[in-house]
Amino acid sequence: MSVIGLVFVTIASIAAWWLVRQGILESPWLDEGAVAVAGGSRRIAPTAGKVGLGVFLAVVSCLFALLTAAFFMRMDSPDWVAPPAPRVLWLNTATLIASGMALRFAQFAADREELSRVRASAIAACVFAVAFLCGQLWAWRELSALGFFAAANPANAFFYLLTAVHALHLAGGIVALGRTSGRAWGEFDWRELRSSLQLCAIYWRFLLIVWLFMFAMLAGWANEFGVICRRVLS
Amino acid sequence: MTDAAFEDDVREPPPAEVEELELYHPHSWLTRYVFSQDAKVIAIQYGGTAIAIGLVALVLSWIIRLQLAFPGAFSFIDANHYYQSVTMHGMIMVVYMLTALFLGGFGNYLIPLMVGARDMVFPFVNMLSYWVYLLAVLVLSASFFVPGGPTGAGWTLYPPQAILSGTPGNDFGIILMLASLILFIIGFTMGGLNYVVTVLQGRTRGMSLMRMPLSVWGIFAAAVMALLAFPGLFVACVMLLLDRTLGTSFFMPSIVEGGEQLKYNGGSPILFQHLFWYFGHPEVYIVALPAFGIVSDLISTHARKNIFGYRMMVWAIVAIGVLSMVVWGHHMYISGMNPFFGFVFAITTLAIAIPTAIKVYNWVLTLWRADIHFTTPMLFALGFLVTFVNGGITGLYLGNVIVDVPLSATLFVVAHFHMVMGVAPILVIFGAIYHWYPKITGRMMDETLGKIHFWITFLGAYAIFFPMHYLGVVGVPRRFYELGETSFVPASAVALNVFITMAALLVGFAQVIFFYNLYRSYFHGKPAGGNPWRATTLEWQTPETPPGHGNWGDEQPVVYRWAYAYSVPGADKDYAPQNEPPSSRAGVSS
Repeated sequence: MSVIGLVFVTIASIAAWWLVRQGILESPWLDEGAVAVAGGSRRIAPTAGKVGLGVFLAVVSCLFALLTAAFFMRMDSPDWVAPPAPRVLWLNTATLIASGMALRFAQFAADREELSRVRASAIAACVFAVAFLCGQLWAWRELSALGFFAAANPANAFFYLLTAVHALHLAGGIVALGRTSGRAWGEFDWRELRSSLQLCAIYWRFLLIVWLFMFAMLAGWANEFGVICRRVLS
Repeated sequence: MTDAAFEDDVREPPPAEVEELELYHPHSWLTRYVFSQDAKVIAIQYGGTAIAIGLVALVLSWIIRLQLAFPGAFSFIDANHYYQSVTMHGMIMVVYMLTALFLGGFGNYLIPLMVGARDMVFPFVNMLSYWVYLLAVLVLSASFFVPGGPTGAGWTLYPPQAILSGTPGNDFGIILMLASLILFIIGFTMGGLNYVVTVLQGRTRGMSLMRMPLSVWGIFAAAVMALLAFPGLFVACVMLLLDRTLGTSFFMPSIVEGGEQLKYNGGSPILFQHLFWYFGHPEVYIVALPAFGIVSDLISTHARKNIFGYRMMVWAIVAIGVLSMVVWGHHMYISGMNPFFGFVFAITTLAIAIPTAIKVYNWVLTLWRADIHFTTPMLFALGFLVTFVNGGITGLYLGNVIVDVPLSATLFVVAHFHMVMGVAPILVIFGAIYHWYPKITGRMMDETLGKIHFWITFLGAYAIFFPMHYLGVVGVPRRFYELGETSFVPASAVALNVFITMAALLVGFAQVIFFYNLYRSYFHGKPAGGNPWRATTLEWQTPETPPGHGNWGDEQPVVYRWAYAYSVPGADKDYAPQNEPPSSRAGVSS
């Protein structure tokens, strides 16, 4: 549970900093007349979509932190036998990175208002992301062909669970990216398209970081971290 | 503030301000009243569904009480039905009724109106939130009709017993319960994102965080907590569902059932408890914080006095929210843990008493020398105050490891929990409905019927739960279908159980008065006008009552002051609405 503690402390620190900036120390009964909305600053405020995505990422961080905590707590049992990490996971990681890079190119192209490049990069990002999902399915097939079924061992069950939860989040992202890309074929406003692409790119980066951490856990490279977390609480 | 700065601020639009024309407008009866994206309609949908399923939970509580008072007297209540009633009553009340009503119901109605927004910032997602919630309720209700009936695992759903064959509903009931909870959390996340982002981004001009009414603060903080806490329940439900359906061993240990070794091996039931209570304890405050906020507004409005210590009230809400995320271990003292952690969890649990006490003192000080109007909403608010203090004090007993150990398995815990988490918030819900009904319908509720309803509910609730503390202290265990040969239970306990059951039946049936009042007032109630309570907050300043789609007509309001400008010295009336320009208030010093 120290993992969720770390995530929670991070979120609480950001919230505390933001609340102080928003004037939580003010005495409102002394002040009559209009006041600025965002802590008195004149800078451009983030869009509702961006704030919504930030809040959603905090929720998803909690979800993955709890899964990680459960993984580290459960792996301490004597019956835990980790399955081999399928090699295709390396290829999958590369496709997810490629998908993120393609989205970045789409952003650059949208900044320069180069429509054909935006379209090509967005399609590439979608294709690479779908390839990642297919690769994850391939990894499942490989493991089950070797007899590493979910019910056979908790380590196998965690492999399927973690990859499935991550894949579902990416699948949701692909739907959003598909809608964003679809705009580039109809009538659209460049500012809105840039904003949507930016949200997709942020989400992709977040899912890449989560995947890299999951990969490290599933491959056994994070075992020492798990030991440290358990030691803190025992 | 200089005039120039004033003008600049008025011109500066809030980040998510939308023009009235840009709003989604319904074009048919179906999109206006069924698949509506208007937060006010969604609020009523949430409220109606939550109250309907809450009534099912009320009937289940009668089954529990009839068995406890008259064991074996009713053939339709066997041990399985008893445990199924206990489980479904608990889960429905905590999750599907209280959480949904406070956040989905009051959150949707009050947030946009109170912060001066036209609607939630993501109206389509908001609509989806309700329909996924309704689906969750339907899936849960379906478990009453499947073979084996609903799960009887207890509302905590602890493995391994939750999915073993000795527990009623272990075939389909538990699967439907887990699926329903997963759906509920997905639906809530959609709604919760809306509540949080609307408060952050949708506030109208001049509505700084520290000018927001405490109702909004309470709902906002509870929504943030719920967004961070529900993933714990989500993970627990998904993993338990996999244990039940695929035979994985996340939580299920090696176990022999009926002489047969099951396929499970090495799972950790304690891991489930950690995940469940990571959600479970914040859940108490997810329900309590909106109630705290709403009751602050009821007290201030009906006592015609500014809330005492507004800033401390806000800080206390934030402090309770933060602390409540790090106290879950106190539900697991009996499960065993490192003594150091028992100490840490006891300290954080007791520390919550500090901000909570600040809030209680501030409510009392708000009432001190106030012009108290004993309206029905005020009576319910005062009833909450007394009940919350009583329930909170018994919580201090249970927060201590050494006192908790002997009391943990007794009715003392049931009494404490129901006072603080059942009766207190429900009193606020009633108070809030009486308070905002005139805005929702344009008509006043009948005061006489309201007062009769209050006194029967308030005194009846005490008749139920006060004696229950005594039963707990003398050792009457909870969770037992019947006491059997328990020589340590005195004869008086039996008589008290009968008394409690009669009171529970009476209080339950007395709610007919409330529903009759709701119905009658809708058609025959006195016209309310726009602001019958002479309140300061924005929802009472809408150009139309009930507010139309988009809430504010052509222009959103501009806010000039905090939400509690009541009985300001030198003013010509005893309240100043938040959107009334300073220049229009003669004789008021700023």
